[in-house]
Formats: sequence, structure tokens, C-alpha cells
Amino acid sequence: MNNGTLHKVLTHYVPYLLGFALLFATWHIVAVYSFKSVLFPPPLAVLRKAAELTASGVLIEQASVSLARIAAGFLLGVSIGIPIGLLMGSFSFLKKLLEPFTEFLRFIPSVALISVAVIWFGIGEESKIFLIAYGTVFIVILNTAAGVLSIHPDKLRAARTLGASPRQIFFFVALPAAMPEILTGLRIAMGNSFTTIVAAEMIAADRGLGQMLWTGRLFMLIEEIFVSLLVLGLAGFAADRLFRVAITKFGGKYSVVA
Amino acid sequence: MNDMQSSLPPLLTFSDVGKSYQALNGIAYQAIRGFNLDITEGDFFCLLGPTGCGKTTILSMLAGFEMPTSGSIRLAGETIQGTSADRGVVFQSHDSLYPWLTALENVEFGLRMRGVDKATRRERAIQQLRIVGLAGQEKKHPQELSGGMKQRIQIARVLANRPKILLMDEPFAALDAQTRNLMQQELRRIWLEDRVSVLFITHDIDEAVTLGTHIGVMQAGPASNLKGIVRVEIDGERERTQSSFIEHYRQVHAMIRDEVDKSRRHELSQSAGA
Repeated sequence: MNNGTLHKVLTHYVPYLLGFALLFATWHIVAVYSFKSVLFPPPLAVLRKAAELTASGVLIEQASVSLARIAAGFLLGVSIGIPIGLLMGSFSFLKKLLEPFTEFLRFIPSVALISVAVIWFGIGEESKIFLIAYGTVFIVILNTAAGVLSIHPDKLRAARTLGASPRQIFFFVALPAAMPEILTGLRIAMGNSFTTIVAAEMIAADRGLGQMLWTGRLFMLIEEIFVSLLVLGLAGFAADRLFRVAITKFGGKYSVVA
Repeated sequence: MNDMQSSLPPLLTFSDVGKSYQALNGIAYQAIRGFNLDITEGDFFCLLGPTGCGKTTILSMLAGFEMPTSGSIRLAGETIQGTSADRGVVFQSHDSLYPWLTALENVEFGLRMRGVDKATRRERAIQQLRIVGLAGQEKKHPQELSGGMKQRIQIARVLANRPKILLMDEPFAALDAQTRNLMQQELRRIWLEDRVSVLFITHDIDEAVTLGTHIGVMQAGPASNLKGIVRVEIDGERERTQSSFIEHYRQVHAMIRDEVDKSRRHELSQSAGA
């Protein structure tokens, strides 16, 4: 390990790991010395339960069901939202035409649509994917359009005087210039997806982390509840880190959004 | 009006160019009226004038961002219809650079868009960065470099594309005084080696005398036009302390002083009327 890597480990990763250790230590102290209740299990008990559920395959199954639903709905929402956002940012006519839709629908939270989704699609995968796509698409549209509109006109003018065609300007200038804001939209949408999936699975599902939380409540399986909370926190954290890395990569190391 | 005597046909010709805008109150505002100018290949033409005299409008029409409302602009015999790689622009603000690309990739951009193969464009970009004094900075991103260095990338980016004319819109106006002086000297050196045709917009007499082979002094707006052209005949590097420099400065200063006063009076009357 050379000096640079060592420095990075010391200044970057060590504080991070310390922070996590502190989080678990606080949890342990509060649970064991302050709360002293079976209703608030300490981290070791939760980890033991998590290992048990992992060994039996239950945890992996429940978590992968939820994460697959998030992935499918998120990808669907993103693949609809980015093109629409790019079009709305590029053509003011389309922006005016579509704004009534986006401005009205984005204020209806996806959890409010759970009943409708279940009536339309049943309690299977389709309703969850629909809800997550719905919660994703408007945030992505708004951020993408804002990203395109905030491109400095000189960036586009420079490309024209350097000999780029309109198609090249779109792909090599407008898209990368808007990318930090597009990724910021994706990052917020991913956070929402976790909220949506838990709510939807609690109300109407036979599998998933949300369902695990709900049955945990019904049967007082307090440790199982904590295991699913822990998995949600860790998965959300991992997804968010991926977006931060991507934003920094596109926006440069002095990017303000990351 | 044009005092230069040249046997070459002009590279660039403005014929009776006019430009008016529709103002917010609905009244048409005539920014430029009856503008005529010839620029010969190899000229470094500085267009000098007070704020609001329409010099940026002239550059903007030449670049092809805007069309004249009357008259025509011809480059090498062809009427200008829009933007083209023939007319590269160095902007005042470095917001025109691409922060997701390195200095080298920024300089390569035009060549890449125009389909020049990778080896050729890389070689040319490296060479161009060396010419503008950025050897060794190829892998840095613009936001890691100082204001002066960013403007060097802009200059290299346009020169790598080999335009027929280089358009510069007050490229050093946002720099601090020290860096501005340095960049003027550097641009003079680069131009002496390469003799590319330049149209340079400025409001700074010093800058115009340091850089130009010709200085066109604009009248104050509205309905602005060219008041006259001063030819700067100082070879090689130029110093502000040279007596010939000071002579040219005085000559240009005398021409522009009335226009600055006029433009100030116009602004005062505008604000009094508002």
C-alpha cells in the first residue's frame, strides 16, 4: 500500500467505519442499559436473528423480492422519465403541454395510490412495480428538465461553432451537462422507492421486507422486525452511495450536488 | 473610412449590416445601422467601443448566433447563414468549457465532432495545448485550473479546429489585472507565430493597442456604426511604455472619448425617462 492509498484509507474510510461502529454502540447502550425491554432488542440479538434467517434462506428471499420490485419499478420509471424530461427541457412547447400532468400528478404520493394499484393490478408484482415507477417518474422528469434548462447557453453555442451537429450537441454536450442533475433526481427517486415498497408490501403483499415487518407486528416477532429495518437501512445506504459516486464522476470533483 | 490599402480581396466583409430588436415595450430598438467593414486575412482586428455600442451584436452575427435584419456578412465570398467551424468563438466566460472532459478532451472536441481520427486529433490537441502554454496540464479538468488557464483552453480548443477566423468576445475581461496582462502578451506571442485572422471585441484601449493590427472604434449606440479605424504599426512584442504605443493610445483615446460621453448621456437620459 503506498502513501496515497494509506492517506485515503485514514481520512476517508476509517471515520466512516468509526461512525458505523458508534451507531451500533449507541444502539447497544440504549437497548441494554437504558431501555431494558424485550421490545427493543440490542444489535447483537438482531444480528444473531439475521444470521439465523439468512441461514434458513428466509431473509435472502424476502429481501431479494423487495429489491427486485424496487429495481424493476425504478428502471421503468427512469426509462420513461429521462426521455420525457429531456424533451420538456429542450422544447418549451412540450414543457407547457406536459406541465399540467406533471404538476398535478406529482402531488399525489404513490402510497395514496396503493388502493388503486391493488384494484387494477392485484397484490402481485405488477402493483408494486407500478407504484414505484409512479413515484420515480415525476421526480426524474422534473430534475432532468431542470438539468437541461440550466445548461449555460455558451456550452451549446461553443459546440455549434466547433462544428458539432444538433444530434452530436444533444448526446455529447446537453446530456453530460445535465447529468449531475439527472442523477440527483434518480437519487431522490431511489429514496422514495424504499418508502413506497415498504408501505405497499405492508398493505398488500404475501412476500417482501414490508410484509415481514407487518407479520412481525401481528405475531410480536420483534427481532424479525428489526432485521428487516436493518436490511432496509443498509440497502438504501448502498444504493445512495452508488448514486453519489456516479454524480461525482460526472460533475467533477468540485461538484456541488454530491 | 477604411484606411488600409491591400491588394488581397478581403477575407470578411460586412455590407450595410443592420440589426434591430423588438424591445419589451414593443418599440423596435435599432442596435446597429449601416455597418460596413472589410477584414483582410491575417489581420488582428480589435473592435473597440463603450458599453452598449453593439460590438457584441457584431460578433454574435458574425458567429451566426443571430442574423442581421438588413445587409449581409460574407466570409471568403460566402454569405453567413448560421454557425460554422470556420468561425470559432472564445467566450468571455469559461462556462463554455466542458467540465466532464479533461483539458485535452476539451481541445479535441471540435476535431472529434468533425470525425478526425483519434491519433491525429490527439497529436494536434497536445501540440495546441503546448502552444498556449498548458503542456503538462492535459489530464486536468477545467475546474482544477485557474481563470487564465481556462481561457487558454478555450483558445487552444478553437485554434485546434483551424478556423478561417477566430472570434474573441472580451475573453480576458473577467480576469484579474495581472493575469489579463500576461494573457495579452501570450496571445500576442501566439498570434505572431500563427497569424490567424482575429476579430477581438474589447472596451479596453490598452488591450486593443497591445493586440491589434487594426482598431475599429465604434460609435455609441443606439443605431451604432464604425467611427473610424486606426492601424497599429508596431512590430513584434509591444510594451505599454514604448513611445509608439503611447502615440497610438492617444489617437484611439481621442476618437473614443466623445463616444463614451455620448453613451453616458444616453444612459442618463434613459434612466431619467424611466
